[in-house]
Amino acid sequence: MIFQHKHLLTLEELSREEIELILENAKGFKEIFTRSIKKVPTLRGKTVVNLFYENSTRTRTSFEIAAKRLSADVINFSVSTSSVQKGESLLDTVHTIEALGSDFIVMRHSCPGAPQLLARRIKSAVINAGDGPHEHPTQGLLDAFTIKEMKGGFEGLNVVILGDITHSRVARSNIWALTKLGAKITIAGPSTLLPKSFARLGVRICTDLREAIRDADVINLLRIQLERQRKNLFPSIREYTLLYGLTEERLKWAKKDVLIMHPGPINRGVEISPEVADGKHSVILRQVTNGVAVRMAVLYLLSGGEEA
Amino acid sequence: MTNNKSSLLLDEKGLKKTLKNLADAIADDLFGDEDFVLIGIRTRGVVLAECLQQLIKERTKKKIPIGVLDITLYRDDLSTLAENPIVRASTLPFDVNDKKIVLVDDVIYTGRTIRAALDQIVDFGRPALVKLAVLIDRGLREFPIQPDFVGLKIETSPKQIVQVRLSDIDGDDKVILMELNHKSGR
Repeated sequence: MIFQHKHLLTLEELSREEIELILENAKGFKEIFTRSIKKVPTLRGKTVVNLFYENSTRTRTSFEIAAKRLSADVINFSVSTSSVQKGESLLDTVHTIEALGSDFIVMRHSCPGAPQLLARRIKSAVINAGDGPHEHPTQGLLDAFTIKEMKGGFEGLNVVILGDITHSRVARSNIWALTKLGAKITIAGPSTLLPKSFARLGVRICTDLREAIRDADVINLLRIQLERQRKNLFPSIREYTLLYGLTEERLKWAKKDVLIMHPGPINRGVEISPEVADGKHSVILRQVTNGVAVRMAVLYLLSGGEEA
Repeated sequence: MTNNKSSLLLDEKGLKKTLKNLADAIADDLFGDEDFVLIGIRTRGVVLAECLQQLIKERTKKKIPIGVLDITLYRDDLSTLAENPIVRASTLPFDVNDKKIVLVDDVIYTGRTIRAALDQIVDFGRPALVKLAVLIDRGLREFPIQPDFVGLKIETSPKQIVQVRLSDIDGDDKVILMELNHKSGR
């Protein structure tokens, strides 16, 4: 099995085998976290640039730790204090970064497809760290890795993605990865936040929480983006919580060993009650740890192969 | 890669005997030492380390701890390989500090694998000493690294391949020397 890609742009374009290869390598990388020296020399002399046009703490930090544990040098390019504020275009900024000697560019941008544009125009490997509502491939991979670690596999698993699906890149990347791996996906939430067209991807669409999470093996909660409420997609935060907030009481509707996942940051008391977030079903912090292993695996696999 | 011809270096019986001699040599040197451990290099070094552990146990009634090393991330040729090998876990179920380590691999050739393994071991701690046991020494070293315990030493050329076959992985036990038709990718 050869990983053919130079960039990681979407999970849509990866095959099941390629996704499995990343997950298998991530397992090897996770062992490094148990060592006293949590660093290997693999990417010595390479430079990883974090280029984030949108706010992020955990994804950017996770990529930074992953790169540093592989001995790469990391530059955090802060858009808010850069010439971008003076009107420099994306491509001009990236060509400048490349002229400084980057090997990987990890980019988050509010525009869907921005990483594809870069990948066509520059020599560095591009890793999509979130492009608008389109995809967030490493989040999809770390969610899949966490499910595999906890459940052993994907065949026949019922995975519910609950919340604002329309605006969620996490939901899209999860759906691409998990359906390829053999899980059954249900998307759930208020009908204004559930794109009907997703039925074409083979997912079940459900607006009733009880019905949605019955027989669920995994519930992946999405953050309710408080700014959306102003667009009148649902009447109030309180109403969302009353209908869809996950509480201990409602958790009983799912399977006894259900996993609760959340990409963070969580809104305690909105989409998830504190008891559930901190409870025995929650693997939210495990997801964060696994994120580093998965990102190490991605950097490692993209660094492979002879220069074309 | 097409194989021209191959010759048998060790059959099942010969392999067994060679391993027994190797185990005896290691036990003579290090047995009785509280800090003595074996570390196998993935993949075949691990199977061989388990064989040596068993043989030493038969003689001394003591089970020597085994660690497993995956040296992939320490290789010096990753940028030249057509594909990156799958990274597996390294498992050292003991504190490496002050241990007397016998590193086990199937074949020593350029010495680059052992260089990588030594670099990795010192990232885990500071052992008291590290010795090297190999089933086959085929010569042609590129680094100043020599084994302390050798099962069989042979002369080879870079156009040959030494293949150690172990039943746990390959279905049968033997060692063969193969000729390559054209230049190997070295």
